[in-house]
Order: sequence, then C-alpha cells, then structure tokens
Amino acid sequence: MKRSIVCRCEDISEEDVVKAIRSGYTDLEELRKKLRIGMGPCQGRVCILLVARILECETGRKMGTMRMPTVRPPLVPVSLGTLASEDDEKQG
Amino acid sequence: MKSKADVVVIGGGVNGCSLAYQLARRGLDVVVVEKRYLSSGATGACGAGIRQQWSTKENALLAIQSVKIFETLSQELGQDIELRQGGYLIAVHDRTELAQAEKNVEMQRSLGLKVDVIAPEEIPRIAPLLDVQGMRVVAATFCPTDGHANPFRTTFAYADAAKRLGATFVTHTEVMKFSVKHKEVSSVMTTAGEITAPVVVNAAGIASKQIAEMVGVRLPLTPFRKEIMATERLEPLFEAMVISFKDGIYFSQQREGQIVGGIPIPEERSGFRTMPTFAFLQHMSRTLVRYAPVLRHVNMLRHWTNFYDVTPDARPILGETPGVKGFIQCNGFSGHGFMISPMVTKLLIEYIVDGKSAEVLENLRLDRFTGDSMDKELSVVG
Repeated sequence: MKRSIVCRCEDISEEDVVKAIRSGYTDLEELRKKLRIGMGPCQGRVCILLVARILECETGRKMGTMRMPTVRPPLVPVSLGTLASEDDEKQG
Repeated sequence: MKSKADVVVIGGGVNGCSLAYQLARRGLDVVVVEKRYLSSGATGACGAGIRQQWSTKENALLAIQSVKIFETLSQELGQDIELRQGGYLIAVHDRTELAQAEKNVEMQRSLGLKVDVIAPEEIPRIAPLLDVQGMRVVAATFCPTDGHANPFRTTFAYADAAKRLGATFVTHTEVMKFSVKHKEVSSVMTTAGEITAPVVVNAAGIASKQIAEMVGVRLPLTPFRKEIMATERLEPLFEAMVISFKDGIYFSQQREGQIVGGIPIPEERSGFRTMPTFAFLQHMSRTLVRYAPVLRHVNMLRHWTNFYDVTPDARPILGETPGVKGFIQCNGFSGHGFMISPMVTKLLIEYIVDGKSAEVLENLRLDRFTGDSMDKELSVVG
C-alpha cells in the first residue's frame, strides 16, 4: 500500500496520524508525544503544519484555533562542542 | 460532562492517569480533569529515569517496589512503555560523598536492592564513553536494575487502559474552585461544569498548591524551573543513566537513540519563569563534554523547561489532608514523580478504596511538616 509520509525524521505516515487522532489524541502536543512528530532534526518544520491540516480534516477544528507546539531552542541543531566553547571564542 | 463521580483526579500526568486506571479497574467511577493535555506538565518534560538509589528509606522503598511494577507494566497495559534497565551510575567525587554513598548503599541493600560501590576503573566497563579523569571521581555506585522508561508512552498507556475500563478524561479544562461541606469534599467546579464527588485527588504537579489554596490548605511546594535537552539520534552508545549529585548532571541514551539530560544552572532561583536559558545550554554542554568528550561532535536538537514541585524535605506529599476529609494529596514529587508513580498510586488506591494506610503513606502525609524534625532526601539531581 502507498504510504504518504508526513514526518520524514521519524517516518510517520498520514495513516499513522489519522489512526492516532481517531484513538483520541486530538491535541498537537499529544500527537507529537505519541508519534514523535516534530522531535527529529527538522523540529517540526516539515510535519507540524501537515499534521495540523490532518487534525482539521478529522476533527473539524480550524487550524487557526489550534495551539501550536512550543518552540524549543536551539532553532537549528548545534553541536555540544560549539555550545561548550562560547567563551573561548570571545577570548579569541 | 459528567456531573457525578466516585473520585475526581485533578491532573493528567503519570500519577493522575495511573490513579484513573487503577480506580477504574476496581470498579470506581473516575473523572480526570486536566488543564491542558495528558502529560503536559512535569511528566511530559521529565528525564525518564527510574532510580532506586535514594538516601531516605521511604523513597528507596517506593522506587524498589515501583520497579517491580514497571517490569510487567507493558504487558499489563497492553502498550510498550519502553522500559530499559541499563542501571544508574552515580558519580562520587570526594570523601564526604563517598561516606554518604556507603551509607546509602548499606540502607538500600537492607531493602534487598542489588547495588555496589565501584572503583573508577570499572566505570568505562559500564559506559565506555565516560572519561573518568574528566568526571573527577573517586568512586561510583551502580545499581543494574535502575533504568528508564518513556514517560509519554507510560502516561498514554495508563490513560488508554483507564478509558477502556470506563474512566472519563476531561482535558483543556481547569478547576475553578471546589467545595467542602462539614469538613468533607463535596464537589469540584470546572470550566466545563460541576462534578459532585466525595473524593478529590490533587495530582496537579506545581499547580497543586493553588488547588489546595481553594479550600484553605497550604502546601509547602516551591516551583523550580528545570531545564533539559535532547540530542540527535545516535547508534547505541551506553545503557546506563549517568548522574552526579555534586555537578547536578544526569543523562542517558533513550531507546530511539537520542541523549536526554539536564543540569541546574548555578544562578537558578525558585519561581514561575519558564524561559529556557542560554546559561543552561552552555553549562550542560560543558559538563556533558567533560564527562563524555566523544559527544562534542553531537548535535543538540532541542531544550525545554518545566517545574519540579519541591517540598522542604524533597519527598512527596501523599494521602489524606488534615481537616478536609476526602481531599487526597499526590504531589510535591520534587523531581522524581515519574519513577515512583507505580507504587505511590498503588498505595493511594489501597487507601481510597480499602481504607488501608501503609506506613510509607503515613510517613509522607502533609502533617509531617508540623513537627521539628525532618528526614531530608539528599540524593537529588537535576
């Protein structure tokens, strides 16, 4: 069967999302925690709006009224070595 | 919404959902009221660790008995909670810490726990990525049956099982007030309507303080913002949770491969700030890279915060409230609510349903704070 991938980081398909919504996970944060969408390297940039759209289709709740998952820094992946060396750079 | 129940549980974290499951299993009509969504508070933000190595007997007992329940929980609930028992390695940095560690190990062993004090050279055998020099240790303690599980999956598994047994979950709904008649709980008013119930469980994490204030009960809970981070997924590198009381750090590799860990920033004060700090990113990265230099090339993906609801002795407040019959406390977990939730909720159920009050429960009641003496939990991290 053809799978439409919604979340490429965690390999989650449209069917996975629909199934989770139908079993009672109707909050974007709940879906995130249930399916790990938005927890990969893209941090939700690819998947969250798609998931919100599916949630709108399934529940009739408008996307505009949904509370989006909290944005969690850093906004792009940063290596631990870089974060650990901040002061050394300042000192030149 | 339902207007009547046997028990109303305030809070849809791991403790609230576990209580709902067990109450429903015992045939009681239970309603869980949750302000946001299930696992939206401390449960969903926690470090996932399950540790039995505590300094007070109550915490050690609760944790040891909880591990036994965790071991069969996936099977019982019909969903995988991703339990992994890779042990907890606790770094010991100096003689004072070593004396305390030896004392703890002796007490833990008296409760039947397999736990050892180990020499620094044994550390890499448990977690090869650790740098013993960088950690600045003189010893460590290790308990192989400690570990971690997935807090979201555990909470959802409890909730799903509870729903199958008839429990009701009302999310995105807040408790506005609740009524006490003749010193007994009578009903809870929520943003979705009123529910009459003779028993109300206060399992609302840090919000428990405000809930209790609605009926004039003061809970000695202080909010402490805690920051925690996750890296990208990696191949399996180590199985143990590594922690240090002196440095405050804890980290482990979860089943999906990400390393999850936290550390308190030195300037942290109590309060309701939720903003993540740059100071954490720096302090965490530096300490983690000092413990495990190989991780310097690993990317951090995200960093988030939530609260520890800290009590004066770092132990939870459990059971009946003096002066308000039917008002049951299940809060004040001080950062270790997830790992002891199976036993805590089991004991509370025995109390609510059968009227049995275990010794541990008696020792952790709210009125313990009225006395002069205090048995403080020392083995706190994060």
